[in-house]
Amino acid sequence: MNALSRFFRRLEGPQTLGRGPAFWVGFVLVLAAACAYPQFSDGYTVGNTVYFFTWIFMALGLCLIWGYGGSLSFGQTAFFGIAGYSYGILTINFGAAYGFTFVALLLAVAIGALFAALLGYFLFFGRISGVFLGIVTLSVTLVLERFMAQTAGPEWRIGAARLNGFNGMSNMPPLTLPWPGGDIVLFPDVELYYVVLGLLVVVYLGLRILVNSPFGNILVAIRENPERAEMLGYDIRKYQLGTFVIGAALAGLSGVLYTSWGQYITPSSMGMTAAALPIVWVAVGGRSDLTTTLVGTVTVLAVFQALTIHGSQYALVAMGAMLVLTVLLAPSGLIFALARLIARPFSKRQPGDA
Amino acid sequence: MDVGTFLFSALYQFGDAFAFLVLSACGLAVIFGMMGVINLAHGEFIMCGAYVTVSAAHAGVPLPLAILIGALVSALVGAVVEVLVIRHLYSRPLDTIVATWGLSLIGTQGTLILLGSTMAGVGTPFGSFQVGDYSYSVYRLVLFAAAVTVLAGLYALFNWTRFGVMARATIQVPHMAAALGVDTRLVYSLTFALGAGLAGLAGGLYAPTMTLVPTMGTTFIMEAFVTVVVGGADVFLGTAPAAAVLAVVKATMTSWYGQLFGQIGLLLAVIVVIRVLPRGISGFLLRERA
Repeated sequence: MNALSRFFRRLEGPQTLGRGPAFWVGFVLVLAAACAYPQFSDGYTVGNTVYFFTWIFMALGLCLIWGYGGSLSFGQTAFFGIAGYSYGILTINFGAAYGFTFVALLLAVAIGALFAALLGYFLFFGRISGVFLGIVTLSVTLVLERFMAQTAGPEWRIGAARLNGFNGMSNMPPLTLPWPGGDIVLFPDVELYYVVLGLLVVVYLGLRILVNSPFGNILVAIRENPERAEMLGYDIRKYQLGTFVIGAALAGLSGVLYTSWGQYITPSSMGMTAAALPIVWVAVGGRSDLTTTLVGTVTVLAVFQALTIHGSQYALVAMGAMLVLTVLLAPSGLIFALARLIARPFSKRQPGDA
Repeated sequence: MDVGTFLFSALYQFGDAFAFLVLSACGLAVIFGMMGVINLAHGEFIMCGAYVTVSAAHAGVPLPLAILIGALVSALVGAVVEVLVIRHLYSRPLDTIVATWGLSLIGTQGTLILLGSTMAGVGTPFGSFQVGDYSYSVYRLVLFAAAVTVLAGLYALFNWTRFGVMARATIQVPHMAAALGVDTRLVYSLTFALGAGLAGLAGGLYAPTMTLVPTMGTTFIMEAFVTVVVGGADVFLGTAPAAAVLAVVKATMTSWYGQLFGQIGLLLAVIVVIRVLPRGISGFLLRERA
């Protein structure tokens, strides 16, 4: 019991909204509802929900880099794409037997993270910050998109995997669980739903522990005032680089899950529009908190899909307008503003903390 | 190929790359240098200039005039955007990037909805000339001349006119300038409109050489970003030398490996440059004076 309460204490802190039994009861209820949900729905809808879930990892990563670390990274889609393509190349070459798809998942995420470490070294150790960081990362993803788009010819192949230029790679095996009595192939259906939901809970709780740890506090200190943090003796470059790599790994995880979900990835997933969408989710949700980012991402994705179905071409215009209006009217995010509003009556006992 | 034609060819390609970098970056650089704001809708202003230019040319307006109309319309749109959105965000420069990105999404998709996926272009004027075994487009030389003219014009504007003095005063110490009676809000509006107009001019100038699609802005912004990052905050000491250096990289890589590797070369160059000169070329040049 003692260990359990210690664990809970690590999940709470000044850097996250939501604390105390009421919040965690709510969390368990939401989780239970999420677990029960496939029983009341059909395979297609559940598969579609998994599609929403795959993006949340990238959003949480961006929330960590941008909301907590204060570094504008506009090129998360670069890591998304690199990891997605890596997963495709690995699984097309080595197949899906013996649970290799999960090894490929780890390898692909590691490749994305490694790329981020290399890029981040030049950026953070060159002390690039603010707007320049944003536009350099954005340039990286745009160049990657154009690079992949011109790989149509047969000479662009890695092993058995054709890169296929603008049409993208397809037909890589989906994630496959090795299981006694026959592998379970995780098509976008109930099984994949539970795997991704489990991953999501682990990542969410892990990030909560991370941002409430000393690392998270220093990160927020850097966001608030880099010079002060440096004067206090912290090598801010290392913290920023670390955050950048973690965020990139999460974007990579999204990339792998997306690729295995649709067995498909194209260069346009690294383009200008694709790169803008995570910014919309995180900004609209509320970038300075993990929970609001998570809720915001799911909400915006659901709205976006509904708009795409009903007003197809106007969906992106609506997204752009939503972004502009959020920045103008609710700079800390719509969901965040809403959460603060709800939390206000409960927080009277602890004045001063936000 | 003898040495003369080789030299001419290299110079021509350098000039072409230089013109492209200067023209696509100067609007962005003016806005960034003066206001510290990166305008992510820069590509959409370029697209706007190109579309207006081509529409005007189709309506029978001679091309040079059409290009001017394109630049003016972009400047107008820029002024409107400044009043509606940018003005409210000066205290939060990082949020401006996000807001202009939203505008960029609206611009690209809105154009796609209103005008369709492509628009009939106008042909490249002036034909070509022959040096050695190769033929070169005259229009590319016009573009180079235009780039140099734009730089000279900006220099004159900021150094020799009343607006230039007020604008420079406003960047240095905004509240001091305001206390001395400069309408800083107007200066910011005009500067943003100037940047948007320069973007429109770039779009208009390049409209005859490329296909008009709503996403055409993205072909410019990468180069524009890179030039501004390498150059730093000063248009003359930054953007122009940065464009010259990067033009060598781009022209060399492009002639050896093709267009895409020109861009990859640019990107690698910028990543190395910021590691060595984090404040850009203008930061490096101004270190003595700072």
